[in-house]
Amino acid sequence: MNIIEALKQSLDDLLSRDERVIVFGEDVGYFGGVFRVTDGLQEEHGAHRVFDTPLAEGGIVSMAIGMGLNGLRPVVEIQFADYIFPAYDQIVNEMAKFRHRSGGEFWTPVTIRSPAGGGIRGGHHHSQSPESQFTHTPGLKVVYCSTPNNAKGLLTSSIECDDPVIFFEPKRCYRGPFYGDPHDVPTWAGHPDAEVPEGTYRIPLGQARTVLEGDECTVIAWGAMVHVSQTGIEQSGVSCHLIDLQTLMPWDRDALVTSVRRTGRCVIVHEAPKTSGYGAEMSASIQERCFWHLEAPVLRVTGWDTPFPHSTEWDYLPSPARIASAIRKTQEA
Amino acid sequence: MPEETPVATSEPYCIPTAPYRPGDEASFESWPWRPGDLNRPDPVDCDAAETVHHARGMVRVLGDDGVAAGAWDPKLSPENVITGLELMLRLRIFDDRMMKLQRTGKLSFYIRSFGEEAIAIAQTMALQPQDWVFPSYRQPGAQLVRGRDMVSMINHCIGNEMDNVKGRQMPVHYTWREGRFISISSPVGTQFNQAVGVAMASAYKGDDEVTITWLGEGTSAQGDYHYGLNFASVYKPPVILNVVNNQYAISTHRNLATGGSTFAERGISYGIPSFRVDGNDFLALFAITRWARERAAAGAGATHIEIYTYRSGAHSSSDDPSRYRPVEEHLAWPGGDPVERLAAHAIASGIWDERKHAEAVQRIDEEVVAAYKEATSYGDLANGPWPSASTMFTEVYSEVPWHIQEQREELGV
Repeated sequence: MNIIEALKQSLDDLLSRDERVIVFGEDVGYFGGVFRVTDGLQEEHGAHRVFDTPLAEGGIVSMAIGMGLNGLRPVVEIQFADYIFPAYDQIVNEMAKFRHRSGGEFWTPVTIRSPAGGGIRGGHHHSQSPESQFTHTPGLKVVYCSTPNNAKGLLTSSIECDDPVIFFEPKRCYRGPFYGDPHDVPTWAGHPDAEVPEGTYRIPLGQARTVLEGDECTVIAWGAMVHVSQTGIEQSGVSCHLIDLQTLMPWDRDALVTSVRRTGRCVIVHEAPKTSGYGAEMSASIQERCFWHLEAPVLRVTGWDTPFPHSTEWDYLPSPARIASAIRKTQEA
Repeated sequence: MPEETPVATSEPYCIPTAPYRPGDEASFESWPWRPGDLNRPDPVDCDAAETVHHARGMVRVLGDDGVAAGAWDPKLSPENVITGLELMLRLRIFDDRMMKLQRTGKLSFYIRSFGEEAIAIAQTMALQPQDWVFPSYRQPGAQLVRGRDMVSMINHCIGNEMDNVKGRQMPVHYTWREGRFISISSPVGTQFNQAVGVAMASAYKGDDEVTITWLGEGTSAQGDYHYGLNFASVYKPPVILNVVNNQYAISTHRNLATGGSTFAERGISYGIPSFRVDGNDFLALFAITRWARERAAAGAGATHIEIYTYRSGAHSSSDDPSRYRPVEEHLAWPGGDPVERLAAHAIASGIWDERKHAEAVQRIDEEVVAAYKEATSYGDLANGPWPSASTMFTEVYSEVPWHIQEQREELGV
């Protein structure tokens, strides 16, 4: 099963079990979404529960907030994460703050799904990975899936969560993992994480997962970079503990700290620009907790502090070679 | 090559300004619109095109002589007229007392509804108790209609230990779930399409609930206003969308909010029946809201209402309108004062008189004073006791996550 089918299974399961769940966004109804995540759901569950919206992200999110205030559990799609910004005020000042600002009298359990990240020749406005713009907002939970298995398990937990959740999906990995070679386009067939349990399946929010065991360096990644990091680790020849963060807010600090205290070395990989990226938070927290265990500086391999390019995206995204180089550098100390 | 510094032409484009500035004598043209001018369409079958004249003209019920007339006369019982009048008086007296309290430093900020009291009072009275109220900051009066304890309102404004939102919001940003009064937000207009969502959920659940929301004419320049109109026009949920045109957004005159038609007319292009109503006419406000509720409850969709009024006071306690408009401009407003007009109507109807009015003012003032004495006995912003600092860390999420718990422990609360 690929990520698209896994996400659809989660939505189908929730729509079947919980009448409060309602799904909408641009092109998600009759057509089933430009990435096909909601394909067939309108036919199965009715146009009153799975439907199309006007092209207005701020309108989609504000309407979802109102529905959530009045007892529903809206799951909305923002077609590309790059287009979430017309809704930024609604997300940051409204959705994230309702519970707190109303003294707990009102809350709105909206889930916003959004394809994010590069690797599809999408240029600046179909490739960004804006997670740190939301991890910096108190009141939001932020999730970033990476495989069919955790796509289903994390989405179910996100929709069932009583807090608003921003759920990012690595669009390059929808139909197969991305190992860093743009010309290599595998499917999920045969990948261990393409195995997805039938029926209701949950992965608790706030828990990281181990992708590879190793003891010479800890590598932290999320989204598509989990798979690219796997290639980088292979190329480095270093025994690495690869951790997929899965939930960015709240994040699993214990898993990271435990690992870095053991390995003494750490490389953080993300697609988003380096400065003020979420890797900065990881790095700062790790040095606070692991300073006396560190054998080398904590390194970050990230996108550059530039707009995401079109023709040169393979030079923008962290490559296996850059990741391998960083891992090896941690071994020099 | 160095760039040449451009020289501006003197009037390259239009920069609208207010009609009158400090020192000017305001002189508004008298209104051509009279009670009885406009028909009352069938609320269920009404098409937006039928309301063009209503959107360009003005729905009025109370004539200058205090007599109610025309198809829109809601024919309120004497009890309802007196209730409405007393609630408006209560709101005005409450506001005046709170403003004085603000000057003592016991609260940081205040917003009065002065000159606009009829809006929240009449419109909320025209609704059912189960209807959702999604206010802007000049509709706190809706709470008085639904019987919120004034002590509780003041506790919020002065941010003491009893504040139901735990000292987290500025004064006047009320929340009251019991009264279906949804939390007021500072970023203007954000509530407009949220209200559409609340109404969508009511329709989805099959509940007999209508949602009402307001924003100001200045805010109608925001995208959220147009999201609200557009989503309401597409999905036709049971919602009442109000634009309070009180002429000013702080110092920004309404002619900077749009260069076009009346605010009401914009709703017609969205296919939503749209009305302009005299915002200082309690009976007209009541009638139009009843009409809109009937339409919404029948499943016929939204109504868009421009409430034509004048912000008689400052924008807020932090504002000084004498810097940008004549101090007495509100006295020249053709719509007069909403409280005086309903009182004149009640007197003309023989159900009210000067003595009753004076007695009501005194009784309400005593109640307001008693309420603020009680509230300040629980603490105030200047002197405390305030809510525990631990309230900063709770209800950010449904459960306190580890990183916030750590920060709470770091502060030691």
